[in-house]
Amino acid sequence: METSFAITGKGYLIMAADTTAARSIVKMKVDEDKIKELSPHLLMAYSGEPGDTVQFAEYVERNIRLYQIRNLYPLRPSAAASWIRKALADSLRSRKPYSVNLLLGGYDTATHDPHLYWIDYLGTMTEVPFAAHGYGSYFALSLLDRYHNPEADLEEGLATLKRCLDEVSKRLVVSPGKYKVKIVDKDGVREIEL
Amino acid sequence: MARRYDSRTTIFSPEGRLYQIEYAMEAISHAGTVLGVLAKDGVVLAAEKKVTGKLLDLSSAKDGGYGGSGEKIYLLNSNVIGGVAGLTADANSLVNYARTAAQQHLVLYNEDIPVELLAQRLCDMKQGYTQFGGLRPFGVSLLYAGYDPHYQFQLYHSDPSGNYSGWKATCIGANNGTAQSLLKQEYKDDIEVKDAIGLVLRTMSKTMDSTTLNSEKLEFAVLTLDPETKQPRAKIYRPAEIDALLLAEGLTKKDEDTEMKAT
Repeated sequence: METSFAITGKGYLIMAADTTAARSIVKMKVDEDKIKELSPHLLMAYSGEPGDTVQFAEYVERNIRLYQIRNLYPLRPSAAASWIRKALADSLRSRKPYSVNLLLGGYDTATHDPHLYWIDYLGTMTEVPFAAHGYGSYFALSLLDRYHNPEADLEEGLATLKRCLDEVSKRLVVSPGKYKVKIVDKDGVREIEL
Repeated sequence: MARRYDSRTTIFSPEGRLYQIEYAMEAISHAGTVLGVLAKDGVVLAAEKKVTGKLLDLSSAKDGGYGGSGEKIYLLNSNVIGGVAGLTADANSLVNYARTAAQQHLVLYNEDIPVELLAQRLCDMKQGYTQFGGLRPFGVSLLYAGYDPHYQFQLYHSDPSGNYSGWKATCIGANNGTAQSLLKQEYKDDIEVKDAIGLVLRTMSKTMDSTTLNSEKLEFAVLTLDPETKQPRAKIYRPAEIDALLLAEGLTKKDEDTEMKAT
């Protein structure tokens, strides 16, 4: 089932999301990218109602891009998170709300530190050092409580992420097979293979 | 016939000029001086008040509001102070617009509006009045002293045509040429706020018409960072504080009458 993680470390943020697109009990696709690169220093993992997710993610992506073209500077992670939360909160109060859960993570080029926001379809938003959505979160959050270190270097951060993924594949009945992992730091976004 | 193109703001003259805009700028160069200096750790603004007199009720400026006497220097947002030169009524409406724009940004993005963005928002509106028919342009120039995490401390100037630019030290209003050349001579790139305050006050005292500098003719404001919270702190001085500052800087002329009596 759909699962996404994100953890912050010293000067970087790692985000991982499974790559399955499923309908009912059938896997339709196993290489779906569920992490959008909103700007050179901003990542968003999305999950939830199929259809809503991609629609909302593209809506966000284009609005963030528009802000960047219109104005002089890109939105900082905190500002982007607030805008997205408001978009979801407005949507919740409309006739047909988007049912989308998000992890928004980025590197703030003004203050030189990573930020991570946990956002759900009700428009709840909190800034957190690590976060997860989906069934995987029931296994990973306790692990992260134990092993997360905000001062960790990238290697240690990736090892912690690996622990989470392994635990999920060990214990979850319907565990996803593959994950996409992306990193954002001062140099921007890059994708890695675990 | 030479004045055929004067009455319409939005029609070019054959030489390619917009006379109403030029007249608006001319009007500003007779208004009270506003002076701004960008320092390493803050921005300083000072303004000359034109509306004064013994009978003017200034009691609200003494302890009401957020400081200042509400003629030249306004708090536009918690991170931006604005100094205005020109028609006060037009300025009031622009200040109102700026405050609304800043709050709209806060609602959408939950952050203080970046300084240049605020200047841009006002300039977009000012520009509109150079193009749409039947309306008079704003007869106001503004100085924006602000802070944001993108470019730290900043100082901007905008004029009635909707042009804006960033400055290290600049001046608008009466005698702005004199003041600018004085600033050019004395400004140093790594100036600190405490020296910038002195520079601003000295330049102000040299360019103002009146010989004595006191709170009746002067508005003064400083934007710095709070040493603990690292958030911008805008301080618009009250009359008593201005007098105290002038005394500390040694710029208050001694009352010659009292001196005579003393001897």
